[in-house]
Amino acid sequence: MAFKFPTDEWVKEFARQINSSKAYEEAGKDWEGDWIFVVEADKSYPHTACFFIGLFHGKVTDAALIENEKAREAQYFMRGSFTTWRKTIQGKLDPIQGLMTRKFKLEGNLAKVLRNPSSAKELVNCVLRVPTEFPV
Amino acid sequence: MWNFVSPRIVFGEGALDALDELQGRRALIVTDVNMVRLGLVDKVKAHLAKAGIDSEVFDQVEPDPSVETASRGAGKALDLQPDWIIALGGGSPIDAAKAIWVLYERPDMEAGAIGPVGDLGLRKKARLITIPTTSGTGAEATWAIVLTDTAEKRKMGLGHPENVADIAIVDPEMAAGMPPRLTADTGLDALVHAVEGYTCAWHTDLTDGLCLQAARLVFRYLPRAVRDGGDTEARERMHNAATCAGLGFGNAMASMAHAMGHSLGAAFHVPHGRSVALFLPYTIDFFASVAPDRFAELGAAAGLPNDGGEQGAREFASHIRALCRDIGNPTTVAETGIARDGYEAQLDKLADDAMNDTQMVTAVRPPSLEETRSLFLYAYDGRSVDF
Repeated sequence: MAFKFPTDEWVKEFARQINSSKAYEEAGKDWEGDWIFVVEADKSYPHTACFFIGLFHGKVTDAALIENEKAREAQYFMRGSFTTWRKTIQGKLDPIQGLMTRKFKLEGNLAKVLRNPSSAKELVNCVLRVPTEFPV
Repeated sequence: MWNFVSPRIVFGEGALDALDELQGRRALIVTDVNMVRLGLVDKVKAHLAKAGIDSEVFDQVEPDPSVETASRGAGKALDLQPDWIIALGGGSPIDAAKAIWVLYERPDMEAGAIGPVGDLGLRKKARLITIPTTSGTGAEATWAIVLTDTAEKRKMGLGHPENVADIAIVDPEMAAGMPPRLTADTGLDALVHAVEGYTCAWHTDLTDGLCLQAARLVFRYLPRAVRDGGDTEARERMHNAATCAGLGFGNAMASMAHAMGHSLGAAFHVPHGRSVALFLPYTIDFFASVAPDRFAELGAAAGLPNDGGEQGAREFASHIRALCRDIGNPTTVAETGIARDGYEAQLDKLADDAMNDTQMVTAVRPPSLEETRSLFLYAYDGRSVDF
């Protein structure tokens, strides 16, 4: 079964993948910090969507599609266009390269992110395991 | 979409003369005490004087420079207000100079937050010149910065494309006095850059050729440069190889041997080039089953006999071990003199730090923590990688 992106069902499946990943549990064991992922409208998808993902010591504490980026508190924000997110979820764009080429924008304590690259890498591995259906 | 960044590179005999035509008022030379003792700082100062540029020296950079050293150097720069920062030395002074430059321009930042995201807004106060005095680090041509967190005994991979030098002066005379051991260690660092730049997940068409040529040059000229420091052809070609490899991996990435080498170096103070070269064959053996072809291609390009495929990759790893032995470098951790009990006591930290090294993200076969731990153990005794 494929999960439609960007929906609450999709982010909950993403959270389930993370919570069943031994690799993420290990890589994220020191991570404390909640994220809001902002999917910005573009030509391929004319709406903005926001996901909250709470992460604490290798597990997801909560995950939800939220009304807007102010709806929950978070320490980290990652923004990109719908097309950029789609390429990432399809495994066509490494999000770290996306950040370096400004396809994604990051807000938060960069020093802390740089000290935990393996947890970011494992999150990407988890997102690649979510069977995803995109709007046409 | 990707970027290729590079300084203007002045290279070959007499390249240091480029300083004579520099426009500016004041320079801060970032270096270490050895460069002062060897007279290389005076040489640079003399060229700057010809250009009418006053210069002062910050010579407190230690091997594996710390965040604190970068902060102290930035303090010196803030006092002096230079319009040029000149990095003179091996990888440590060059990395420190990059960080000092960033912190001088951006005193609001902490060194640990120099990452490749957003804008730094450099070049409002100064520009950077890099002058390598070893042939291996490639730091003259890259934007990478490695600083050590002394509290955690951990090396941090930092840097932003903006902090690449404006000018790299790659003059073989500046490296001519290297003793054989330093020649070997730094030259092997260039080889690891070439190999990892060619085989990491972020390699591109624009970096491949540089890495192949650098690998060819190292296999051909490093043994000569180690055996006879007066072999000027070997010296010059190795100096060029280091910069080629720097441009190659600096615009792709390094990989797992660097991640493991950073861990070992931070914990046991093994010189960087020795450390990464030691681990490289083990990581190639680990990658060989899933991504053999590019390693075999490197071997073929360097003129080394190989059968292609996974076997070719493993043969290439064997050639690297043979090169290390030929120039007197260790191929196991035990050969570096680290005692087994001390090493095993640090094993969890070594593996954990390697997993959290920024260079690990480009590994073509992402290892688990347990596999990384095993590789550290296998590398201690020189066991063949069988997993």
